[in-house]
Amino acid sequence: MNNLRKNRLIDETFRYFGIACTLFGLVMLAIFIGKILLDGAGRIDWDFIMSLPSRKPEKAGILTAWTGTTWILGLTAIIAIPIGVAAGIYLEEYGNKNRLASIVEINIANLAGVPSIIYGLLGLEIFVRTLKLGGSLLAGAFTLALLILPIIIVATREALKAVPGSLREASYGMGATKWQTIWYQVLPASSGGILTGIILSLSRAVGETAPLIVIGALAYVPFIAKSPMDEFTVLPMQIFNWVSRPQHGFIVNAASAIIILLIITFILNGIAIYLRNKWQKKINW
Amino acid sequence: MKNIQANNVDAYYGENHVLKDITLNVKEKSVTAFIGPSGCGKSTFLRMFNRMNDYIEGFRKEGEILIDGKEIYDKDVRVEELRQNVGMVFQRPNPFPKSIYDNVAYGLRIQGIKDKTRLDQAVENALRKSVLWDEAKDNLNKSALSLSGGQQQRLCIARTLAVEPTIILMDEPASALDPISTSKIEELILELKVDYTIIIVTHNMQQAARISDKTAFFYIGELIEYNKTKDLFTNPENERTENYISGRFG
Repeated sequence: MNNLRKNRLIDETFRYFGIACTLFGLVMLAIFIGKILLDGAGRIDWDFIMSLPSRKPEKAGILTAWTGTTWILGLTAIIAIPIGVAAGIYLEEYGNKNRLASIVEINIANLAGVPSIIYGLLGLEIFVRTLKLGGSLLAGAFTLALLILPIIIVATREALKAVPGSLREASYGMGATKWQTIWYQVLPASSGGILTGIILSLSRAVGETAPLIVIGALAYVPFIAKSPMDEFTVLPMQIFNWVSRPQHGFIVNAASAIIILLIITFILNGIAIYLRNKWQKKINW
Repeated sequence: MKNIQANNVDAYYGENHVLKDITLNVKEKSVTAFIGPSGCGKSTFLRMFNRMNDYIEGFRKEGEILIDGKEIYDKDVRVEELRQNVGMVFQRPNPFPKSIYDNVAYGLRIQGIKDKTRLDQAVENALRKSVLWDEAKDNLNKSALSLSGGQQQRLCIARTLAVEPTIILMDEPASALDPISTSKIEELILELKVDYTIIIVTHNMQQAARISDKTAFFYIGELIEYNKTKDLFTNPENERTENYISGRFG
Protein backbone atom coordinates (compact mmCIF):
# COMPACT_ATOMS: atom_id res chain seq x y z
CA MET A 1 0.00 0.00 0.00
CA ASN A 2 1.55 3.32 -0.97
CA ASN A 3 1.41 6.51 1.07
CA LEU A 4 -1.31 8.13 -0.95
CA ARG A 5 -3.68 5.27 -0.39
CA LYS A 6 -2.78 5.11 3.28
CA ASN A 7 -3.49 8.81 3.76
CA ARG A 8 -6.79 8.49 1.97
CA LEU A 9 -7.73 5.57 4.18
CA ILE A 10 -6.94 7.58 7.33
CA ASP A 11 -8.99 10.40 5.91
CA GLU A 12 -12.00 8.17 5.27
CA THR A 13 -11.67 6.45 8.64
CA PHE A 14 -11.75 9.71 10.49
CA ARG A 15 -14.73 10.83 8.46
CA TYR A 16 -16.78 7.83 9.52
CA PHE A 17 -15.51 8.06 13.09
CA GLY A 18 -16.69 11.68 13.20
CA ILE A 19 -20.10 10.76 11.80
CA ALA A 20 -20.41 8.01 14.40
CA CYS A 21 -19.55 10.42 17.24
CA THR A 22 -22.07 12.99 16.02
CA LEU A 23 -24.76 10.36 15.66
CA PHE A 24 -24.04 9.00 19.12
CA GLY A 25 -25.03 12.27 20.76
CA LEU A 26 -28.03 12.82 18.52
CA VAL A 27 -29.35 9.30 18.88
CA MET A 28 -29.05 9.37 22.67
CA LEU A 29 -30.95 12.65 22.77
CA ALA A 30 -33.59 11.32 20.40
CA ILE A 31 -34.06 8.15 22.48
CA PHE A 32 -34.35 10.24 25.64
CA ILE A 33 -36.89 12.65 24.20
CA GLY A 34 -38.79 9.84 22.47
CA LYS A 35 -39.03 7.84 25.66
CA ILE A 36 -40.18 10.85 27.65
CA LEU A 37 -42.79 11.71 25.04
CA LEU A 38 -44.08 8.12 24.93
CA ASP A 39 -44.33 7.99 28.71
CA GLY A 40 -45.59 11.44 29.45
CA ALA A 41 -47.30 13.07 26.50
CA GLY A 42 -50.59 11.28 27.12
CA ARG A 43 -50.77 12.56 30.68
CA ILE A 44 -50.52 16.27 29.80
CA ASP A 45 -53.84 18.03 29.83
CA TRP A 46 -55.32 21.16 31.34
CA ASP A 47 -56.07 19.40 34.62
CA PHE A 48 -52.48 18.23 34.98
CA ILE A 49 -51.22 21.77 34.57
CA MET A 50 -53.85 23.35 36.84
CA SER A 51 -53.94 20.76 39.66
CA LEU A 52 -52.30 20.90 43.06
CA PRO A 53 -50.08 18.00 44.08
CA SER A 54 -51.80 14.95 45.47
CA ARG A 55 -51.03 11.56 46.96
CA LYS A 56 -52.91 9.94 44.11
CA PRO A 57 -50.88 10.11 40.89
CA GLU A 58 -53.92 10.48 38.61
CA LYS A 59 -55.09 13.54 40.56
CA ALA A 60 -51.68 15.16 41.05
CA GLY A 61 -50.71 18.19 38.97
CA ILE A 62 -47.88 20.66 38.55
CA LEU A 63 -49.65 23.91 39.39
CA THR A 64 -47.48 24.67 42.42
CA ALA A 65 -44.36 23.58 40.58
CA TRP A 66 -44.68 25.75 37.50
CA THR A 67 -45.96 28.76 39.43
CA GLY A 68 -42.94 28.29 41.74
CA THR A 69 -40.65 28.09 38.73
CA THR A 70 -42.20 31.27 37.32
CA TRP A 71 -41.77 33.08 40.63
CA ILE A 72 -38.17 31.94 40.91
CA LEU A 73 -37.45 32.91 37.33
CA GLY A 74 -38.90 36.40 37.81
CA LEU A 75 -37.25 37.09 41.15
CA THR A 76 -33.90 35.71 40.04
CA ALA A 77 -34.02 37.90 36.95
CA ILE A 78 -34.89 41.01 38.99
CA ILE A 79 -31.97 40.37 41.34
CA ALA A 80 -29.33 39.06 38.95
CA ILE A 81 -29.78 41.22 35.83
CA PRO A 82 -29.08 44.70 37.27
CA ILE A 83 -26.21 43.48 39.44
CA GLY A 84 -24.64 41.32 36.75
CA VAL A 85 -24.93 43.87 33.95
CA ALA A 86 -23.70 46.71 36.16
CA ALA A 87 -20.73 44.65 37.34
CA GLY A 88 -19.93 43.71 33.75
CA ILE A 89 -20.07 47.35 32.67
CA TYR A 90 -17.85 48.40 35.55
CA LEU A 91 -15.23 45.74 34.93
CA GLU A 92 -15.12 46.31 31.18
CA GLU A 93 -15.52 50.08 30.91
CA TYR A 94 -14.37 51.63 34.17
CA GLY A 95 -12.08 49.18 35.94
CA ASN A 96 -8.35 49.57 35.47
CA LYS A 97 -6.76 46.90 33.35
CA ASN A 98 -4.10 45.90 35.84
CA ARG A 99 -3.00 42.68 37.56
CA LEU A 100 -5.80 42.83 40.11
CA ALA A 101 -8.33 43.17 37.31
CA SER A 102 -7.05 40.08 35.54
CA ILE A 103 -7.17 38.11 38.81
CA VAL A 104 -10.77 39.23 39.29
CA GLU A 105 -11.54 38.27 35.70
CA ILE A 106 -10.11 34.76 36.07
CA ASN A 107 -11.99 34.26 39.32
CA ILE A 108 -15.31 35.30 37.84
CA ALA A 109 -14.77 32.85 35.00
CA ASN A 110 -13.96 30.18 37.61
CA LEU A 111 -17.07 31.01 39.62
CA ALA A 112 -19.14 30.13 36.58
CA GLY A 113 -17.77 26.61 36.90
CA VAL A 114 -18.35 26.08 40.62
CA PRO A 115 -20.76 23.16 41.24
CA SER A 116 -24.22 24.48 41.95
CA ILE A 117 -24.56 22.62 45.24
CA ILE A 118 -21.78 24.83 46.65
CA TYR A 119 -23.94 27.84 45.84
CA GLY A 120 -26.74 26.06 47.67
CA LEU A 121 -24.59 25.78 50.80
CA LEU A 122 -23.64 29.46 50.51
CA GLY A 123 -27.30 30.39 50.13
CA LEU A 124 -28.25 28.24 53.10
CA GLU A 125 -25.75 30.01 55.34
CA ILE A 126 -26.31 33.59 54.12
CA PHE A 127 -29.93 33.87 53.04
CA VAL A 128 -31.71 31.10 54.94
CA ARG A 129 -29.87 31.34 58.26
CA THR A 130 -28.10 34.69 58.62
CA LEU A 131 -30.71 36.82 56.86
CA LYS A 132 -33.47 34.55 58.21
CA LEU A 133 -35.33 34.26 54.91
CA GLY A 134 -36.05 30.59 55.58
CA GLY A 135 -36.83 28.24 52.74
CA SER A 136 -38.65 31.03 50.91
CA LEU A 137 -38.85 32.02 47.26
CA LEU A 138 -36.65 35.00 48.04
CA ALA A 139 -33.90 32.82 49.51
CA GLY A 140 -34.09 30.54 46.47
CA ALA A 141 -34.01 33.45 44.05
CA PHE A 142 -31.00 35.04 45.76
CA THR A 143 -29.16 31.73 45.68
CA LEU A 144 -29.87 31.15 42.00
CA ALA A 145 -29.00 34.78 41.28
CA LEU A 146 -25.55 34.16 42.80
CA LEU A 147 -25.26 31.09 40.64
CA ILE A 148 -25.94 32.90 37.37
CA LEU A 149 -24.22 36.20 38.18
CA PRO A 150 -20.84 35.09 36.79
CA ILE A 151 -22.49 33.98 33.55
CA ILE A 152 -24.24 37.34 33.14
CA ILE A 153 -21.07 39.27 34.00
CA VAL A 154 -18.98 37.35 31.49
CA ALA A 155 -21.66 37.64 28.78
CA THR A 156 -21.98 41.39 29.40
CA ARG A 157 -18.24 41.90 29.16
CA GLU A 158 -17.98 39.90 25.97
CA ALA A 159 -20.83 41.87 24.40
CA LEU A 160 -19.26 45.20 25.42
CA LYS A 161 -15.88 44.11 24.08
CA ALA A 162 -17.46 43.41 20.69
CA VAL A 163 -18.57 47.04 20.29
CA PRO A 164 -16.06 48.68 17.93
CA GLY A 165 -13.80 51.37 19.31
CA SER A 166 -14.81 53.71 16.50
CA LEU A 167 -18.31 53.99 17.99
CA ARG A 168 -16.93 55.06 21.37
CA GLU A 169 -14.52 57.51 19.72
CA ALA A 170 -17.38 59.03 17.74
CA SER A 171 -19.35 59.59 20.92
CA TYR A 172 -16.43 60.94 22.95
CA GLY A 173 -15.51 63.16 20.04
CA MET A 174 -18.97 64.78 20.26
CA GLY A 175 -18.32 65.77 23.85
CA ALA A 176 -20.16 62.89 25.48
CA THR A 177 -19.20 61.76 28.94
CA LYS A 178 -18.25 58.20 29.60
CA TRP A 179 -21.68 57.36 30.98
CA GLN A 180 -23.48 59.00 28.04
CA THR A 181 -21.31 57.03 25.67
CA ILE A 182 -22.11 53.79 27.46
CA TRP A 183 -25.82 54.52 27.85
CA TYR A 184 -26.62 55.92 24.40
CA GLN A 185 -24.16 54.01 22.21
CA VAL A 186 -22.37 51.08 23.75
CA LEU A 187 -25.29 49.45 25.58
CA PRO A 188 -27.76 49.64 22.67
CA ALA A 189 -25.10 48.20 20.36
CA SER A 190 -24.37 45.35 22.74
CA SER A 191 -27.89 44.72 24.06
CA GLY A 192 -28.39 41.66 21.84
CA GLY A 193 -25.35 39.92 23.26
CA ILE A 194 -26.19 40.88 26.81
CA LEU A 195 -29.80 39.70 26.45
CA THR A 196 -28.66 36.41 24.96
CA GLY A 197 -26.39 35.82 27.96
CA ILE A 198 -29.14 36.73 30.40
CA ILE A 199 -31.66 34.37 28.83
CA LEU A 200 -29.23 31.46 28.63
CA SER A 201 -28.30 31.98 32.28
CA LEU A 202 -31.97 32.06 33.26
CA SER A 203 -32.63 28.87 31.36
CA ARG A 204 -29.86 27.32 33.39
CA ALA A 205 -31.45 28.61 36.60
CA VAL A 206 -34.79 27.04 35.62
CA GLY A 207 -33.26 23.59 35.57
CA GLU A 208 -31.28 23.86 38.80
CA THR A 209 -32.34 21.52 41.60
CA ALA A 210 -29.38 20.89 43.87
CA PRO A 211 -28.98 24.36 45.40
CA LEU A 212 -32.71 24.58 46.04
CA ILE A 213 -32.75 21.23 47.83
CA VAL A 214 -29.92 22.47 50.04
CA ILE A 215 -31.71 25.67 51.01
CA GLY A 216 -34.78 23.64 51.89
CA ALA A 217 -37.23 24.08 49.07
CA LEU A 218 -40.03 21.61 49.66
CA ALA A 219 -41.06 18.88 47.27
CA TYR A 220 -44.62 18.87 48.50
CA VAL A 221 -46.28 22.30 48.62
CA PRO A 222 -50.05 22.15 48.62
CA PHE A 223 -50.64 25.83 47.85
CA ILE A 224 -49.61 28.43 45.30
CA ALA A 225 -46.98 30.92 46.45
CA LYS A 226 -48.51 34.38 46.88
CA SER A 227 -45.53 36.38 48.12
CA PRO A 228 -41.76 36.14 47.83
CA MET A 229 -41.64 35.01 51.47
CA ASP A 230 -43.73 31.89 50.83
CA GLU A 231 -42.34 28.39 50.71
CA PHE A 232 -42.17 26.93 47.26
CA THR A 233 -41.34 24.11 44.95
CA VAL A 234 -40.13 24.18 41.36
CA LEU A 235 -40.51 21.84 38.40
CA PRO A 236 -37.18 20.01 38.79
CA MET A 237 -37.93 19.44 42.50
CA GLN A 238 -41.34 18.06 41.63
CA ILE A 239 -39.80 15.75 39.04
CA PHE A 240 -37.14 14.62 41.48
CA ASN A 241 -39.84 13.89 44.05
CA TRP A 242 -42.06 11.95 41.65
CA VAL A 243 -39.34 9.73 40.16
CA SER A 244 -38.38 8.62 43.67
CA ARG A 245 -41.92 7.29 44.31
CA PRO A 246 -42.66 3.59 43.80
CA GLN A 247 -46.06 3.93 42.04
CA HIS A 248 -45.94 3.79 38.26
CA GLY A 249 -48.42 6.69 37.97
CA PHE A 250 -45.90 9.08 39.45
CA ILE A 251 -43.26 8.00 36.93
CA VAL A 252 -45.71 8.99 34.19
CA ASN A 253 -46.33 12.31 35.95
CA ALA A 254 -42.57 12.90 36.14
CA ALA A 255 -42.24 12.30 32.39
CA SER A 256 -45.03 14.80 31.72
CA ALA A 257 -43.43 17.38 34.01
CA ILE A 258 -40.11 16.83 32.21
CA ILE A 259 -41.83 17.64 28.93
CA ILE A 260 -43.15 20.90 30.39
CA LEU A 261 -39.71 21.79 31.79
CA LEU A 262 -38.09 21.02 28.43
CA ILE A 263 -40.62 23.20 26.65
CA ILE A 264 -39.81 26.10 28.99
CA THR A 265 -36.05 25.77 28.44
CA PHE A 266 -36.46 25.32 24.69
CA ILE A 267 -38.57 28.47 24.54
CA LEU A 268 -35.98 30.44 26.52
CA ASN A 269 -33.14 29.16 24.34
CA GLY A 270 -35.20 29.86 21.24
CA ILE A 271 -35.63 33.47 22.30
CA ALA A 272 -31.88 33.69 22.91
CA ILE A 273 -31.07 32.33 19.44
CA TYR A 274 -33.62 34.65 17.85
CA LEU A 275 -32.11 37.68 19.59
CA ARG A 276 -28.60 36.67 18.64
CA ASN A 277 -29.49 36.31 14.97
CA LYS A 278 -31.40 39.57 14.94
CA TRP A 279 -28.49 41.35 16.59
CA GLN A 280 -25.94 39.92 14.19
CA LYS A 281 -28.00 41.01 11.23
CA LYS A 282 -28.56 44.53 12.55
CA ILE A 283 -24.92 45.33 13.21
CA ASN A 284 -22.61 45.18 10.23
CA TRP A 285 -20.04 47.91 10.65
CA MET B 1 -8.54 85.71 18.04
CA LYS B 2 -9.06 81.98 18.24
CA ASN B 3 -5.87 80.18 17.63
CA ILE B 4 -4.01 77.09 18.61
CA GLN B 5 -0.54 77.18 20.06
CA ALA B 6 1.60 74.17 20.81
CA ASN B 7 4.76 74.98 22.72
CA ASN B 8 7.54 72.41 23.13
CA VAL B 9 5.15 69.48 23.14
CA ASP B 10 6.43 65.99 23.87
CA ALA B 11 4.24 62.91 23.94
CA TYR B 12 4.86 59.38 25.13
CA TYR B 13 3.07 56.05 24.94
CA GLY B 14 4.67 54.35 27.89
CA GLU B 15 8.38 54.34 27.10
CA ASN B 16 7.78 55.23 23.48
CA HIS B 17 8.68 58.85 22.77
CA VAL B 18 6.31 59.64 19.89
CA LEU B 19 6.46 63.44 19.65
CA LYS B 20 9.58 65.44 20.24
CA ASP B 21 9.59 69.10 21.15
CA ILE B 22 6.92 70.29 18.74
CA THR B 23 6.20 74.00 18.55
CA LEU B 24 3.56 75.18 16.11
CA ASN B 25 0.83 77.81 15.85
CA VAL B 26 -2.37 77.58 13.88
CA LYS B 27 -4.22 80.68 12.73
CA GLU B 28 -7.98 80.79 13.03
CA LYS B 29 -10.18 80.15 9.99
CA SER B 30 -7.51 78.42 8.01
CA VAL B 31 -6.75 74.90 6.86
CA THR B 32 -3.58 73.32 8.17
CA ALA B 33 -2.39 69.98 6.83
CA PHE B 34 -0.21 67.52 8.75
CA ILE B 35 1.73 65.26 6.44
CA GLY B 36 4.40 62.64 6.95
CA PRO B 37 5.00 58.92 6.68
CA SER B 38 3.04 56.44 8.82
CA GLY B 39 4.09 56.41 12.44
CA CYS B 40 5.50 59.93 12.35
CA GLY B 41 3.20 61.11 15.14
CA LYS B 42 0.92 63.39 13.12
CA SER B 43 -2.27 61.60 14.21
CA THR B 44 -1.13 61.52 17.82
CA PHE B 45 -0.47 65.24 17.64
CA LEU B 46 -3.87 65.93 16.04
CA ARG B 47 -5.65 63.94 18.72
CA MET B 48 -3.99 65.98 21.45
CA PHE B 49 -6.02 69.06 20.50
CA ASN B 50 -9.23 67.47 21.75
CA ARG B 51 -7.57 65.08 24.15
CA MET B 52 -8.70 61.91 22.41
CA ASN B 53 -5.50 60.27 23.64
CA ASP B 54 -6.72 60.45 27.23
CA TYR B 55 -8.12 56.93 26.99
CA ILE B 56 -4.90 55.34 25.81
CA GLU B 57 -3.09 53.68 28.63
CA GLY B 58 0.38 55.03 29.29
CA PHE B 59 -0.14 58.22 27.30
CA ARG B 60 1.75 61.20 28.69
CA LYS B 61 2.18 64.75 27.46
CA GLU B 62 4.71 67.44 28.25
CA GLY B 63 4.79 71.05 27.12
CA GLU B 64 1.87 73.39 26.47
CA ILE B 65 -1.13 73.15 24.20
CA LEU B 66 -3.07 76.40 24.30
CA ILE B 67 -6.41 77.08 22.66
CA ASP B 68 -7.38 80.75 22.92
CA GLY B 69 -4.51 81.07 25.35
CA LYS B 70 -5.83 78.41 27.71
CA GLU B 71 -3.94 75.19 28.46
CA ILE B 72 -6.35 72.42 27.53
CA TYR B 73 -4.68 69.78 29.68
CA ASP B 74 -5.26 71.81 32.86
CA LYS B 75 -7.24 70.10 35.60
CA ASP B 76 -10.06 72.68 35.49
CA VAL B 77 -10.74 72.07 31.80
CA ARG B 78 -13.83 69.97 31.25
CA VAL B 79 -12.87 67.63 28.48
CA GLU B 80 -16.49 67.33 27.27
CA GLU B 81 -16.68 71.11 26.74
CA LEU B 82 -13.31 71.07 25.03
CA ARG B 83 -14.58 68.46 22.54
CA GLN B 84 -17.71 70.46 21.82
CA ASN B 85 -15.43 73.31 20.83
CA VAL B 86 -12.90 71.09 19.06
CA GLY B 87 -14.80 68.60 16.92
CA MET B 88 -13.32 65.60 15.22
CA VAL B 89 -13.89 63.63 12.01
CA PHE B 90 -12.29 60.21 11.86
CA GLN B 91 -10.54 58.19 9.21
CA ARG B 92 -13.35 55.75 8.59
CA PRO B 93 -16.89 57.11 8.56
CA ASN B 94 -18.30 56.09 11.94
CA PRO B 95 -21.94 57.16 12.10
CA PHE B 96 -23.94 55.87 15.03
CA PRO B 97 -26.21 52.95 14.07
CA LYS B 98 -29.22 55.27 14.35
CA SER B 99 -31.22 57.47 12.04
CA ILE B 100 -29.63 60.35 10.15
CA TYR B 101 -31.57 62.79 12.31
CA ASP B 102 -30.48 61.16 15.56
CA ASN B 103 -26.87 61.18 14.44
CA VAL B 104 -26.84 64.93 13.89
CA ALA B 105 -28.94 65.67 16.98
CA TYR B 106 -26.79 63.49 19.25
CA GLY B 107 -24.31 66.17 20.29
CA LEU B 108 -27.09 68.58 21.23
CA ARG B 109 -29.18 65.96 23.01
CA ILE B 110 -26.32 64.94 25.25
CA GLN B 111 -26.05 68.59 26.23
CA GLY B 112 -29.64 68.28 27.45
CA ILE B 113 -31.35 70.11 24.59
CA LYS B 114 -34.79 68.60 24.01
CA ASP B 115 -36.68 71.40 22.25
CA LYS B 116 -37.94 69.86 19.01
CA THR B 117 -37.93 73.01 16.87
CA ARG B 118 -34.44 73.89 18.02
CA LEU B 119 -33.15 70.39 17.23
CA ASP B 120 -34.91 70.40 13.84
CA GLN B 121 -33.30 73.72 12.98
CA ALA B 122 -29.86 72.61 14.12
CA VAL B 123 -30.09 69.36 12.17
CA GLU B 124 -31.12 71.18 9.01
CA ASN B 125 -28.39 73.79 9.37
CA ALA B 126 -25.70 71.22 9.97
CA LEU B 127 -26.82 69.06 7.03
CA ARG B 128 -26.96 72.11 4.77
CA LYS B 129 -23.46 73.17 5.77
CA SER B 130 -22.13 69.69 5.07
CA VAL B 131 -23.96 69.66 1.69
CA LEU B 132 -25.96 66.60 2.61
CA TRP B 133 -29.36 68.25 3.06
CA ASP B 134 -30.65 67.74 -0.49
CA GLU B 135 -29.73 64.06 -0.44
CA ALA B 136 -30.97 63.39 3.07
CA LYS B 137 -33.92 65.69 3.73
CA ASP B 138 -36.52 63.08 2.73
CA ASN B 139 -34.76 60.26 4.59
CA LEU B 140 -33.98 61.81 7.94
CA ASN B 141 -35.46 58.82 9.73
CA LYS B 142 -33.58 56.25 7.71
CA SER B 143 -30.59 54.52 9.24
CA ALA B 144 -27.34 56.36 8.76
CA LEU B 145 -25.77 53.04 7.80
CA SER B 146 -27.88 53.00 4.61
CA LEU B 147 -25.89 55.96 3.26
CA SER B 148 -22.86 55.52 1.00
CA GLY B 149 -19.38 55.88 2.47
CA GLY B 150 -18.96 59.44 1.21
CA GLN B 151 -22.40 60.45 2.48
CA GLN B 152 -21.62 58.85 5.84
CA GLN B 153 -18.46 60.91 6.12
CA ARG B 154 -20.37 64.10 5.31
CA LEU B 155 -22.92 63.05 7.93
CA CYS B 156 -20.08 62.72 10.44
CA ILE B 157 -19.00 66.24 9.52
CA ALA B 158 -22.60 67.46 9.92
CA ARG B 159 -22.79 65.79 13.31
CA THR B 160 -19.64 67.63 14.36
CA LEU B 161 -20.90 70.97 13.01
CA ALA B 162 -24.20 70.65 14.88
CA VAL B 163 -22.56 71.33 18.25
CA GLU B 164 -21.04 74.52 16.83
CA PRO B 165 -17.34 73.97 17.31
CA THR B 166 -14.76 76.55 16.29
CA ILE B 167 -12.08 74.02 15.44
CA ILE B 168 -12.46 70.80 13.45
CA LEU B 169 -9.84 68.08 13.48
CA MET B 170 -9.86 65.65 10.57
CA ASP B 171 -7.87 62.44 10.69
CA GLU B 172 -7.46 61.33 7.06
CA PRO B 173 -11.16 61.98 6.42
CA ALA B 174 -11.09 60.90 2.79
CA SER B 175 -8.70 57.96 2.89
CA ALA B 176 -11.51 55.40 2.90
CA LEU B 177 -13.48 57.10 0.11
CA ASP B 178 -13.59 56.94 -3.67
CA PRO B 179 -12.25 59.89 -5.76
CA ILE B 180 -15.65 61.54 -6.31
CA SER B 181 -16.56 61.40 -2.62
CA THR B 182 -13.07 62.64 -1.82
CA SER B 183 -13.42 65.70 -4.01
CA LYS B 184 -16.78 66.47 -2.39
CA ILE B 185 -15.15 66.33 1.04
CA GLU B 186 -12.36 68.60 -0.19
CA GLU B 187 -14.83 71.14 -1.58
CA LEU B 188 -16.63 71.01 1.72
CA ILE B 189 -13.44 71.69 3.66
CA LEU B 190 -12.75 74.76 1.53
CA GLU B 191 -16.25 76.06 2.24
CA LEU B 192 -15.96 75.35 5.95
CA LYS B 193 -12.71 77.21 6.42
CA VAL B 194 -14.61 80.49 6.11
CA ASP B 195 -16.08 79.80 9.54
CA TYR B 196 -13.89 77.16 11.12
CA THR B 197 -10.29 76.42 11.92
CA ILE B 198 -9.47 73.08 10.33
CA ILE B 199 -6.52 70.79 10.90
CA ILE B 200 -6.33 67.80 8.63
CA VAL B 201 -4.03 64.81 8.69
CA THR B 202 -3.54 63.38 5.23
CA HIS B 203 -1.40 60.86 3.39
CA ASN B 204 -2.39 62.38 0.12
CA MET B 205 0.03 65.17 -0.76
CA GLN B 206 -2.03 66.46 -3.65
CA GLN B 207 -4.87 66.81 -1.21
CA ALA B 208 -2.71 68.79 1.20
CA ALA B 209 -1.56 71.00 -1.67
CA ARG B 210 -5.13 71.55 -2.91
CA ILE B 211 -6.88 72.47 0.29
CA SER B 212 -4.46 73.68 2.94
CA ASP B 213 -3.07 77.11 3.67
CA LYS B 214 -0.19 75.83 5.72
CA THR B 215 1.45 72.43 5.86
CA ALA B 216 3.47 70.75 8.59
CA PHE B 217 5.76 67.88 7.72
CA PHE B 218 6.43 65.38 10.51
CA TYR B 219 9.09 62.71 10.52
CA ILE B 220 9.66 60.17 13.31
CA GLY B 221 8.10 62.35 15.98
CA GLU B 222 9.70 65.60 14.90
CA LEU B 223 8.27 68.61 13.14
CA ILE B 224 10.69 68.95 10.26
CA GLU B 225 9.14 71.84 8.41
CA TYR B 226 6.11 74.06 8.85
CA ASN B 227 5.35 76.65 6.23
CA LYS B 228 2.82 78.08 3.82
CA THR B 229 1.64 75.14 1.71
CA LYS B 230 2.68 76.82 -1.52
CA ASP B 231 6.20 77.42 -0.26
CA LEU B 232 6.57 74.01 1.34
CA PHE B 233 5.61 72.18 -1.81
CA THR B 234 7.44 74.36 -4.33
CA ASN B 235 10.47 75.29 -2.35
CA PRO B 236 11.03 73.04 0.66
CA GLU B 237 13.78 74.18 2.99
CA ASN B 238 14.64 70.78 4.39
CA GLU B 239 16.06 67.97 2.34
CA ARG B 240 13.87 65.35 4.03
CA THR B 241 10.75 67.35 3.20
CA GLU B 242 11.83 67.52 -0.39
CA ASN B 243 12.51 63.78 -0.50
CA TYR B 244 9.13 63.01 1.01
CA ILE B 245 7.00 65.29 -1.15
CA SER B 246 8.79 64.19 -4.28
CA GLY B 247 7.95 60.61 -3.39
CA ARG B 248 11.48 59.42 -2.75
CA PHE B 249 10.41 57.79 0.54
CA GLY B 250 7.29 57.44 2.56
